[in-house]
Amino acid sequence: MKQIAILSGKGGTGKTSITASFAALAKGECVLADCDVDAPDLHLILEPELKEKMEFTGSKTAHIDPDKCICCGTCEEACRFDAINDCEVDPIMCEGCGVCVYVCPEDAVTLEDNLSGYAFISDTRFGTLSHAELNIAEEASGKLVTLVRNNALEIAEQEGKELIIIDGSPGIGCPVIASLTGVDLVLIITEPTVSGLHDLERVLDLARHFNVEARVCINKYDINYEMTAEILRFCEARGVDLVGKIPFDPVVTESIVEAMAVVEFKDSEVSDEIKRIWEQIG
Amino acid sequence: MMISVASGKGGTGKTTVAVNLALSLENERVQLLDCDVEEPNAHIFLSLTEKEVNPVYTTVPIFDKLKCNFCGECSRFCQFNAIFVIGENPEKGVKGDVIHFPELCHGCMGCMLVCPNDAINEGQRIIGEIAKGKGDNGIDLVYGTLNIGEAMAVPLVRAVKREIRDEGTVIIDSPPGTSCPVIASVKDSDYCILVTEPTPFGLYDLKIAVEVLRKLEIPFGVVINRSGIGDSGVYDYCKEEAIEILLEIPYMREIAVDYSHGMPFVTQRSEWRSRFLDLFKKITEVDK
Ligand code: SF4
Ligand code: SF4
Ligand code: SF4
Ligand code: SF4
Repeated sequence: MKQIAILSGKGGTGKTSITASFAALAKGECVLADCDVDAPDLHLILEPELKEKMEFTGSKTAHIDPDKCICCGTCEEACRFDAINDCEVDPIMCEGCGVCVYVCPEDAVTLEDNLSGYAFISDTRFGTLSHAELNIAEEASGKLVTLVRNNALEIAEQEGKELIIIDGSPGIGCPVIASLTGVDLVLIITEPTVSGLHDLERVLDLARHFNVEARVCINKYDINYEMTAEILRFCEARGVDLVGKIPFDPVVTESIVEAMAVVEFKDSEVSDEIKRIWEQIG
Repeated sequence: MMISVASGKGGTGKTTVAVNLALSLENERVQLLDCDVEEPNAHIFLSLTEKEVNPVYTTVPIFDKLKCNFCGECSRFCQFNAIFVIGENPEKGVKGDVIHFPELCHGCMGCMLVCPNDAINEGQRIIGEIAKGKGDNGIDLVYGTLNIGEAMAVPLVRAVKREIRDEGTVIIDSPPGTSCPVIASVKDSDYCILVTEPTPFGLYDLKIAVEVLRKLEIPFGVVINRSGIGDSGVYDYCKEEAIEILLEIPYMREIAVDYSHGMPFVTQRSEWRSRFLDLFKKITEVDK
């Protein structure tokens, strides 16, 4: 079984359009996992047909029973997250650590599961999709990513598929770490901008930290040739493979509007390049 | 006044709006806080002088293995599975151990409270750093950088926000998305500017961001970046929901090129300064 994660330090680099195209090119031989649980966009192109929906309870929140509480302030003092004020819990600040439950002399506090979101399994025209939706202001996105990946693994085993394509989330924090650990290859989509290079460096460090092979693709490379050259030099110096350069073309946005992957929308330089990249990594 | 700039998804131009707005407010005292600690970018657009960098710590338990009898109380208490205890079994020659996973630890110190043998003490661990300095136009810039491999962005966001001044205008560049670090960044702001692009992706992510702000009860308006591409979905949605469109930034190759060089476009195109000032006026009226 091979797992490929598509990442981008910076958001908006075209990661999802490229992932959808890979899904199209894999011709039904893969399982897809949308691990960008904060802003899951892959379904907007794949138009999934829901097969299964699971509740996800990732986090907990403290509840104070006002009938039992004598408002002694012990919990407020013990809480490290300033989540209790005047004997009331602020559910947004509460991290569900359980310290207040432990210190309350009146047994007035309980930890209750939050419905943090949903995990879904759906049919799409490119294969089965494991995806999810996180409720707003929820904290457990790393855990939800792990659930999405486990679901994808299970499906791949059931269906006898040898490949999982993962659309990862931007950044380098907990959801990204959860999308990248244990994969066989990370493809980082970057842009020829100062911030793109800066973020690329951080994601490469992250991949190295977790011992995962990383390759790089530059999207919209013709927006700034100097920066593209700089990214090329940077990749060479770090010994990282550059697998492709995709030009800027409004065809990408047009295909999103039509809910299609670029490679199935119409022939273009963009789709040719994505095909070439796919041949190298697929 | 505290204005946050956020977006449901990354790459919509959040930092561009935050930086160009800050640069346009020439007669205000402006402090710009980059809370996107996973990928701080604002400093790339503002040349920083008088830079001062300090480490940021978070609370962690420190285990005294001489006092520990590997009873496992701490591990049973921890809601975040951050402690793993191996029980002692001298007959089988198994030595006990207590292993802590700092990446999972929230620093609640509940384990210290429950430990019957006084084997846990409170310690500190570096999770990243905060840089402060003066940017172009006398802007005070503060930004946090999370260490690589570190999962806990929230304590660092809070540390950046502790630097907030009480006077003048404070602009906060929030991380993208809608999860924990975003809430920590936009919380307590007087107004939030949501940046989106007119595509189906932009629309979907905007809707989620709007839900967050409504839940937090923060007034907000929308800036549409790269207008002219995509479709009318975002415009229709804003109209239906009576959400004000504060500004549209058309897709222009020149703006994209400026950005790619790390140049804020108001410095290149002065007509944009007055557009950002108008936007600021609209926001301050809402605040009154
Ligand atoms: S569960 Fe933890 S964070 Fe929540 S209120 Fe209790 S002590 Fe505070
Ligand atoms: S410790 Fe218990 S009794 Fe005291 S204020 Fe908290 S909930 Fe109320
Ligand atoms: S509770 Fe204290 S004594 Fe028990 S395993 Fe944890 S550290 Fe050791
Ligand atoms: S401080 Fe809290 S989160 Fe960290 S190990 Fe102890 S109980 Fe777990």
